[in-house]
Amino acid sequence: MKLTLHIWRQADANSSGAFRTYELNDVSEHMSFLEMLDVLNEKLITDGEEPVSFDHDCREGICGACSMMINGQAHGPDRKTTTCQLHMRKFKSGDHIWIEPWRANAFPVIRDLVVDRTAFDRIMQAGGFVSVNTGNAPDANANMIPKQNADLAFDAATCIGCGACVAACKNASAMLFVSAKVSQYALLPQGQPEKKQRVQKMLAQMDQEGFGGCTNTNECEAACPAGISVDNIARLNREFVSAVLTSAD
Amino acid sequence: MSLPSSKIPNGPIAEKWTRHKNDLKLVAPNNKRKYDILVVGTGLAGASAAASLAELGYNVKAFCFQDSARRAHSIAAQGGINAAKNYPNDGDSVWRLFYDTVKGGDYRAREANVHRLAEVSANIIDQCVAQGVPFARDYGGLLANRTFGGAQVSRTFYARGQTGQQLLLGAYSALMRQVNKGKVKLYSRREMIDLVQVDGAARGIIVRNLTNGKLERYSGHAVLLCTGGYGNVYYLSTNAMGCNVTAAWRCYKRGAYFANPCYTQIHPTCIPVSGDYQSKLTLMSESLRNDGRVWVPKRDDDRRRPQEIPDNERDYYLERRYPAFGNMVPRDVASRAAKERCDAGFGIGETGRAVYLDFGRAIQEQGKAAIEAKYGNLFHMYRKITDENPYEVPMKIYPAVHYTMGGLWVDYNLQSTIPGLYVLGEANFSDHGANRLGASALMQGLADGYFVAPYTVGDHLASTKLEKVDTDHGAFGEIENEAQAKIDRLLSIQGSRSVDSFHRELGIAMWDYCGMARNADGLREAIEKIQKIRWEFWENVRVTGSGGQLNQELEKAGRVADFLEFGELLAKDALAREESCGGHFREEHQTAENEAKRDDDNFCHVAAWEYKEDAEPVRHQEQLVFENVKLTQRSYK
Repeated sequence: MKLTLHIWRQADANSSGAFRTYELNDVSEHMSFLEMLDVLNEKLITDGEEPVSFDHDCREGICGACSMMINGQAHGPDRKTTTCQLHMRKFKSGDHIWIEPWRANAFPVIRDLVVDRTAFDRIMQAGGFVSVNTGNAPDANANMIPKQNADLAFDAATCIGCGACVAACKNASAMLFVSAKVSQYALLPQGQPEKKQRVQKMLAQMDQEGFGGCTNTNECEAACPAGISVDNIARLNREFVSAVLTSAD
Repeated sequence: MSLPSSKIPNGPIAEKWTRHKNDLKLVAPNNKRKYDILVVGTGLAGASAAASLAELGYNVKAFCFQDSARRAHSIAAQGGINAAKNYPNDGDSVWRLFYDTVKGGDYRAREANVHRLAEVSANIIDQCVAQGVPFARDYGGLLANRTFGGAQVSRTFYARGQTGQQLLLGAYSALMRQVNKGKVKLYSRREMIDLVQVDGAARGIIVRNLTNGKLERYSGHAVLLCTGGYGNVYYLSTNAMGCNVTAAWRCYKRGAYFANPCYTQIHPTCIPVSGDYQSKLTLMSESLRNDGRVWVPKRDDDRRRPQEIPDNERDYYLERRYPAFGNMVPRDVASRAAKERCDAGFGIGETGRAVYLDFGRAIQEQGKAAIEAKYGNLFHMYRKITDENPYEVPMKIYPAVHYTMGGLWVDYNLQSTIPGLYVLGEANFSDHGANRLGASALMQGLADGYFVAPYTVGDHLASTKLEKVDTDHGAFGEIENEAQAKIDRLLSIQGSRSVDSFHRELGIAMWDYCGMARNADGLREAIEKIQKIRWEFWENVRVTGSGGQLNQELEKAGRVADFLEFGELLAKDALAREESCGGHFREEHQTAENEAKRDDDNFCHVAAWEYKEDAEPVRHQEQLVFENVKLTQRSYK
């Protein structure tokens, strides 16, 4: 198939960027979206131009590195699918495709489609853990965990940290990301001792990083490649209110 | 330099590790904060080691080339992690896990290392559960297990088909906690370019800041390489695009020995290659073989759709050849069996390089919901990639490069031939022999990081006099200049071919001659081809952009340059090992039934290669002594 690509090009964080247009012929429908960009880059290199920079690594939908807005949608048109797992069979010959980096103040552009997502790491540093040192663990079966809770905790824990929720949100809120981690621990006995501090610290860090608040438009869930449910945001809010009302300090 | 002692402790196998721990020197708690430890890589081995060492009180600096420590390729491991918990009451024990792993590795691993691995396996599960890793559970609320290849017990713990993700996020969370406490400083988007030694000991690293291109120096009292395997030397593999041999290779060129590079694992169940543009291959977890049955048509000219081929006209060749283990034979055996059928003309699909993995009977017996609960994400992924629904038609699969058992040589303390340079996880050679069993990579990475390195690194620090070295030391400047010169050279060639085109060409040579089956003539040809590709690379590669920016072409060029050297060593090692064992199959050495034929008289050893500048590398041998396991022809019949 034949495609016209409009891709955001930006030399570095301090330069201003712009869309550049590229024509690409002979795109196979079996290619993944990133393989299509590989073909474009190969062509650009042959022509002596600098290829398009984009984050990617595992190319099987689990590492969370790939991150682009495709025709205005985070990770493109396919539900529950990362860009690397999006295949060209979802497009047709003659299509124009607009490709942009994640758009959020808390994710500054580094180059082209590559953005800085270390804000997510800092949110995790604020409280996304259970305080247990190596060697301190009781037997794994010492705590029985109801299967439904274990399953819900697992569903929340499958967040890949890609940032699509932020990119899709009109407020650039990271609530879905934060709620996934808060929920995972809130649903498990291991997470109970620190639950009050955790939710408050992670939300405070989210605010400090410049992410917006949640206004319940649920775009995040629609864009999430891992299928994280907004039910987790409801749980986060419950945890937060309960923590604030019952914390001693 | 001859090979140093492997430092395997004396005493009965089950007591070696305990005794050894009692003998290791300790660093007093108030002195730990005086030591800086550099951890390169933040996968299971790196994240767990960095967090555990920081918990002890050391100052840790952790480096990864990804934008976040959470993205290391351990995240993609699917099926599970082994542990000798014996929760299912099916007769498992530390001894059996040890025995299965030694046998699965085709008797080419160190007994003492493997036993230690089996011993600490149960602690790993405890640790992960305490961190809040949501393993699969039964309705009673207790942990569930599944079966993996090469075992007749259920000892694999799992989190749907995303076990690696959950374990890595557990280790990552422990790491983030230490960052928050100020005990770990995290450096993401940094790639290790070289090792700095002072007085013969590893004392620092040079890294490239991938965001701005600047070279940076970091000094420390010990360096831990946790940089994964070298599967991407084949270009197409199940590894992530960024996985590379660079850190290990540069250390090899600085004096660390490289052990058994020819031991590569070709995983039997991957989505087959579909076109030239293909950038990577996708694994379908081995756990699928619990319920999926592998088959090809009995007639080589059978072009019917799989659903139309009746059961009695299908050849379930694994069940036929290996009735005791059936579809759950180890990976090397399953891969070769698939190749044998396809070579004989029974392969299916457009290319004839594929076999069926069929869930028809499992769905019929257990229902679609049960299968979905176990493998939902894998089926989803398969459908995304192939546009076929595996609930209705069998998956098409074919073997692909997946894991590398070889790696830098380490002693029992995981220390390389360079004092102070430790190598953990897939990057070392130590525990899997010539073939790794499924669900053992996660076990090893976490064993090394949580439970081995925290003890053994302390011993080095306590027993070695280490002068104060900071980054102004002359050794840093010298190594940095060399690194800069290499980058400048890559940028100055400005030839006509892309980095990827060379990588692809190398990959084809590696797969054709050093893949599932190897022979002397082919290996000699491979060596010649690799040298030719390497020569052309340095004449004709085009690296666009500059060194002072985010430049992904330059990153790839550095990695491919190292693969082009490393591939030759892999082929040489394969040529020198005149036997078949595990993942290393030499066509000249096979039984009448086409099974791997070992030569224990001449090759029951580890081959450790020493780098020589402008000369052939030297092959050292570490004899493997088996005091507890009897060497037999491996049989899964």
